[in-house]
Amino acid sequence: MTLTSAVDAAYLVAALLFLGALAGLSRHESARRGNLLGMTGMALALVATVVLAVSTAERGAVTTLLLIAAAMSLGAAVGIWRARVVAMTGMPELVAILHSFVGVAAVLVGINTFLGDGYAGAAGVSQRIEIAAGVLIGAITFTGSVVAWAKLSARMRSAPLMLPRRHLLNLVVVLASLVVSVWFVAVPGLLPLLLLTVLALALGAHLVASIGGGDMPVVVSMLNSYSGWAAAAAGFMLGNDLLIITGALVGSSGAILSWIMCRAMNRSFVSVIAGGFGADPVPGSGGEEEAGTHREVGAEGVAEMLRQARSVVITPGYGMAVAHAQHPVARLVERLGELGIDVRFGIHPVAGRLPGHMNVLLAEARVPYDVVLGMDEINGDLASTDVVLVIGANDTVNPAAIEQPGSPIAGMPVLQVWEARDVVVFKRSMATGYAGVQNPLFFRDNTQMLFGDAKAKVEEILAALSA
Amino acid sequence: MLIGIPCEPREAQAIVAATPATVTALRRRGHEVLVEHGAGERASCPDVAYAEAGARLVDRAGALAADLVLQVDAPTTEQLALMRPGGAVAALMAPARSPELLDALADHGVTGLAMDAVPRISRAQSLDALSSMANLAGYRAVIEAAHHYGGMLAGQVTAAGTTPPATVFVVGAGVAGLAAIGAAQSLGAQVRAFDVRPEVAEQVASMGATFVELEVEVGGGRTDGYAGELTEDAERATQELYAQEAMTADIVITTALIPGRPAPRLIDAGTVGAMRPGSVVVDLAAANGGNVEGTVADERVVTDGGVTILGWTDLAGRMPAQASQLYGTNMVNLVALLAPETSGAPGADGVAEEMAGTPPGPAPTGPPLELDLEDQVVRAMTVAHDGRVLWPPPPASVRAAPPPPTAPEESAAGATARHTPDEVLRDPRRRRAVVLVLAVLAGVGAAFAPDELRMHLTVFALAVIAGYYVISHVTHALHTPLMSVTNAISGIICVGAILQVGSNSTWVTALALVGITVASINIFGGFTVTHRMLGMFRRAEP
Repeated sequence: MTLTSAVDAAYLVAALLFLGALAGLSRHESARRGNLLGMTGMALALVATVVLAVSTAERGAVTTLLLIAAAMSLGAAVGIWRARVVAMTGMPELVAILHSFVGVAAVLVGINTFLGDGYAGAAGVSQRIEIAAGVLIGAITFTGSVVAWAKLSARMRSAPLMLPRRHLLNLVVVLASLVVSVWFVAVPGLLPLLLLTVLALALGAHLVASIGGGDMPVVVSMLNSYSGWAAAAAGFMLGNDLLIITGALVGSSGAILSWIMCRAMNRSFVSVIAGGFGADPVPGSGGEEEAGTHREVGAEGVAEMLRQARSVVITPGYGMAVAHAQHPVARLVERLGELGIDVRFGIHPVAGRLPGHMNVLLAEARVPYDVVLGMDEINGDLASTDVVLVIGANDTVNPAAIEQPGSPIAGMPVLQVWEARDVVVFKRSMATGYAGVQNPLFFRDNTQMLFGDAKAKVEEILAALSA
Repeated sequence: MLIGIPCEPREAQAIVAATPATVTALRRRGHEVLVEHGAGERASCPDVAYAEAGARLVDRAGALAADLVLQVDAPTTEQLALMRPGGAVAALMAPARSPELLDALADHGVTGLAMDAVPRISRAQSLDALSSMANLAGYRAVIEAAHHYGGMLAGQVTAAGTTPPATVFVVGAGVAGLAAIGAAQSLGAQVRAFDVRPEVAEQVASMGATFVELEVEVGGGRTDGYAGELTEDAERATQELYAQEAMTADIVITTALIPGRPAPRLIDAGTVGAMRPGSVVVDLAAANGGNVEGTVADERVVTDGGVTILGWTDLAGRMPAQASQLYGTNMVNLVALLAPETSGAPGADGVAEEMAGTPPGPAPTGPPLELDLEDQVVRAMTVAHDGRVLWPPPPASVRAAPPPPTAPEESAAGATARHTPDEVLRDPRRRRAVVLVLAVLAGVGAAFAPDELRMHLTVFALAVIAGYYVISHVTHALHTPLMSVTNAISGIICVGAILQVGSNSTWVTALALVGITVASINIFGGFTVTHRMLGMFRRAEP
């Protein structure tokens, strides 16, 4: 058994472990085991790679080992530190910025491959194609993720950037990238490669910048997929099967996840990949804003309403995350349970800024996951529900999606909360949601508005219920 | 419009399709109600009460000539002859078993609305007469059984000795079954229940009964909310279970019905023979042939072994006042669906509350009948219209879990609008073409690629497919952890950077080190944060 074959065997095992990790993560029961499998696979792959790298190093073995160890410990320290201190509400930003690192690494590996042996002319045409692809995808992932991170953490305005002729702009950049790639493949040189990198960086930034913050869940999931493809491309250029397999796994799973979410939002998958889908002006959406009068209610009023209810459904949205209201909400659920009231959660697939964002927050607040239902599971029951508490959600509970064909969100499946007997909407003000659409729900006869900070208001309700 | 309430064609039918209370509700919607003399007599609704509620009392021909005739049993040929062509009649029609009736309706040009063909979807609950009647029947079945059982259902410990509670075994946990479970439970009996759909176990438990488990996978569920027929293996296993349970039970109540078919035979003569003398069987499927061997519809049979088999088919009708009120409310909701009010009318659900209110309004000018055959509920109920038989309706699905999405519809003919790329892909033919082109391109590409690359491509393709299958059934709640774990895994790019550190070019080494560092942030950060998140998910304490 040679060293190479041993490493290959380790890679095979690692690939299988990764597969097991993804399979495990698709169900609650096996999720922790899945994460452990992933860690094991990663450890195995890294150890095998380090052994291989040290034994084939052109520098001294000890130097190489020390360099790797130093770089890796630095990365590990930063990574673990960030992961430990991040608040669950800051999760979307963390995941977005982590994606950018994969992008950077892919670009660096690509350039390195060229500098290492391609420059000497040893790299064949197919390898140069692979390098170009890897650098292109990596760079798009990098800047795209950085912009997504900036938008999610409010370092950048979340409204879509509307450059004139932006689709044409994208097209021009894509064509230019293609031309430069062909140039690079035909006449290997550092200049075309760097030029390609710059073009791809610009493209990534522009693609995501022109998407509104409300559509970030899909974007983050899409970038997750891109980061996988970048790794796969790196695998092709290095002839490394582990990278190919893992990259493909991540790439396809991320794409499927995005596809599922697009369907939930009734968005076009293709236009998401192309970017800027959230911003297309929709004809006839403007004028018919349904103005009306809304009714206000106080925390005591809501408490009384809850006391009289037999079944309550809570539909949280990004506003709950912003107000950090998940803990008082969890205590409210507990209190209502003690009063013998049936409480469940209805989660829209795109509530929050990350797929499953609400579930993570509620889990953090120790809400049992079997009372947390998806939109399809809860929609049929809403008509027989006494009270629905809409906490910081807006577009996901907007009846215009069903009733106004001209609305920008027309056709998007929504939580049909208005069918319940009473609806209480927790909101800061009468401002519109991310889609910028007025919500006729607020003016319904069975809707009452509770204005103020969601966390403070839920705590007031709790106090009233305990009195 | 004019709504007619005739006397039921069958003498034995005690239920009437409208009570004074529902007449008030119909009139409030603006309709005029014509009630045949004596129609509600057996349901304790005298003519006077109808008149007070604002109905007009008429003779048989008058009631049948209305725009919409409401009754319980299917119309007879004599009745049809008196009906107005273009009019409509709503009743329980058993459309699957009555082709002649449907033909007759079509011949007369009368629209037939089968109340027993209402799809079991939430929206149609308010007009599902089968459910409201089954609910009563289930309750009554227990009362009848208790009457013939000749013992107390509840157990007692007294100075004169101890009597154990009676054991009631209920087969079929539909509406009737659940109602029977509730009634038997509240009389103090020990209730055991079985249904071929394992998913109803929870409902059975919620009523306080014990769900009898079957060891074999039966797969008897259908997508329309009813139970289906079984495979042979499952058939045998359930038979054994029935025999075993029936022998130890004092009362057996069977409620198994498959729509449009004869009732399944659940309990054979052998099992009945092995039951204790004095025990009682109530067969709610007697009208459709019975679940029990030896059942005679509408009769009480006592076997040689002393087991009483009750084949009553009029269980709901034995409580005619309430049955009429419930059926009548179903009818009001039907009218609300068929003749929607023009100005912000309350939906079908809101009608029940209206009834208790103020006296009838001014002269009837209510909305006319509008048969919206695009409406899933209306379409399913309409068995004959405009001289044509419209049975059976296209299938509707109401099972708790949604079925896999059906193939996208072909894009409408003549649609010349600009297609978005996504729309292009939604057309299955175009999608097939795109896949084919891609496959050919990939094949050509692979054929000209170097050997090594071809192997890598193979691995790549297989991994893409594996990723697709592994992930396509992910629970919605796990999207975020899944994404962070795939993110950690994509840190595998680190492998590439590690392999390049050893290069003798300083530039390469430096870049590789940066690569290792950032990829490591990803790996360690990703796994740690996933671990943290998963630690938070928990299930409710039992």
